[in-house]
Amino acid sequence: MAESSGDYIKHHLTNLTYGQHPDGTWGFAENAEQAAAMGFWSINVDSMAWAVALGALFCVIFGIAARRATAGVPGGLQNAVEMIVDFIDETVSSIFQHRNDLIAPMALTIFVWVFLMNLMDLVPVDWIPEAAKLMGVEFMKVVPSTDPNITLGMALAVFILVIFYSIKVKGIGGFLKELLCHPFEAPKGGNPVVRGLLIVILAPINLILEGVTLLAKPVSLGLRLFGNLYAGEMIFILIALMYGGIVIGVFGAALQWAWAMFHVLIITLQAFIFAVLTVVYLAQAHDTEEDH
Amino acid sequence: MNITATLIGQTLAFAVFVWTCWKFIWPVLISAMRERQKTIADGLEAADKAQRDLEHAEARAEERLSGARAEARQIVEQARGQAAEMVEEAKSVAQAERERILEAAQADIEQEMNRAREALRGRVAELAIAGASRIVSADLDRSRHDALLDKLATEL
Repeated sequence: MAESSGDYIKHHLTNLTYGQHPDGTWGFAENAEQAAAMGFWSINVDSMAWAVALGALFCVIFGIAARRATAGVPGGLQNAVEMIVDFIDETVSSIFQHRNDLIAPMALTIFVWVFLMNLMDLVPVDWIPEAAKLMGVEFMKVVPSTDPNITLGMALAVFILVIFYSIKVKGIGGFLKELLCHPFEAPKGGNPVVRGLLIVILAPINLILEGVTLLAKPVSLGLRLFGNLYAGEMIFILIALMYGGIVIGVFGAALQWAWAMFHVLIITLQAFIFAVLTVVYLAQAHDTEEDH
Repeated sequence: MNITATLIGQTLAFAVFVWTCWKFIWPVLISAMRERQKTIADGLEAADKAQRDLEHAEARAEERLSGARAEARQIVEQARGQAAEMVEEAKSVAQAERERILEAAQADIEQEMNRAREALRGRVAELAIAGASRIVSADLDRSRHDALLDKLATEL
């Protein structure tokens, strides 16, 4: 191994970033420092490409199943797809009691898409980056869900939907009231002037608390997925470092197999958690005051 | 690992994929599944109904069968009675016939006897005359004693 372990790990954790260099020219960053210098208006081409490709794969597979869908005897693909759809449908209808036909298909998309993105973690860590290197691409990070931009990007979309449905269901007034008058409520009755004063005093405190609660949802949603997958990827990279000698290499292979087995559980679980939490947050957004 | 415009790109991609699934994939799949569910439920319902119909039909067939059996028994009983009656009737007819034939035969015998007696009586008269003439010799006139002879013959 020509490069040091540190370089190897660092290389594996660097995205292929396209953006504007500080000197004004556009191009791919040659190392992590250059990528950092590009600032916000740059794009992780590898994460984005894999994410879109896997999302498209989801659409194609499920699209084919939908196109061939028949109420008669289903084939193999349709069976598999219907199993997932049924599973999601049951999960969603047990959590989300309101009427909104967007929620279930969104949960399905999230579950399958995140699962596919996580699944890239099981591809041996060197295969695709080395192949990319042969084609002249320096950096290639193949697991989109180990990129916080990807996980937080999805969490941001969920957050936007939460805000949208909160306002749609409760109205702007109702939504603001929820932010300003909870969790500390001014006691009912008594002197109206004192009560009004109390409400005004409590409002900023409530806003801070409820604001944190509200913002914690997308941040925790995105970071949970990122953290789990990043850690899993890191362990695969560390195991891959062992492929130097024969004895330790065999040990490494056994470790990789064991970790991959365990990881199958993690990637499915994380995909499911992301989908379920999205549904839970949107259910909360639909809950009016009377509901809880 | 910087926060970059990738975030926005992923948000947009998310929107596109969710929209695609929402509009084109989910409704088709779920409606096919619901339809199949309904078909299966209907099929089970129909099978249930067929089972009930079958039981009903079996019960009705059993009922009819036992009815027919009872009727057959009744008919056989009746026929048996009729046959006995007919035998009885035939017997009495035969009895009557026998008596009639018997009577006729007796009448015949009587008649024959009378005729034989008549003939015998004639022959006896003749024999009596012949004997008498032989005894009384030739002067006994037949025509004069005819009445006497007839009387004698009747008395025999």
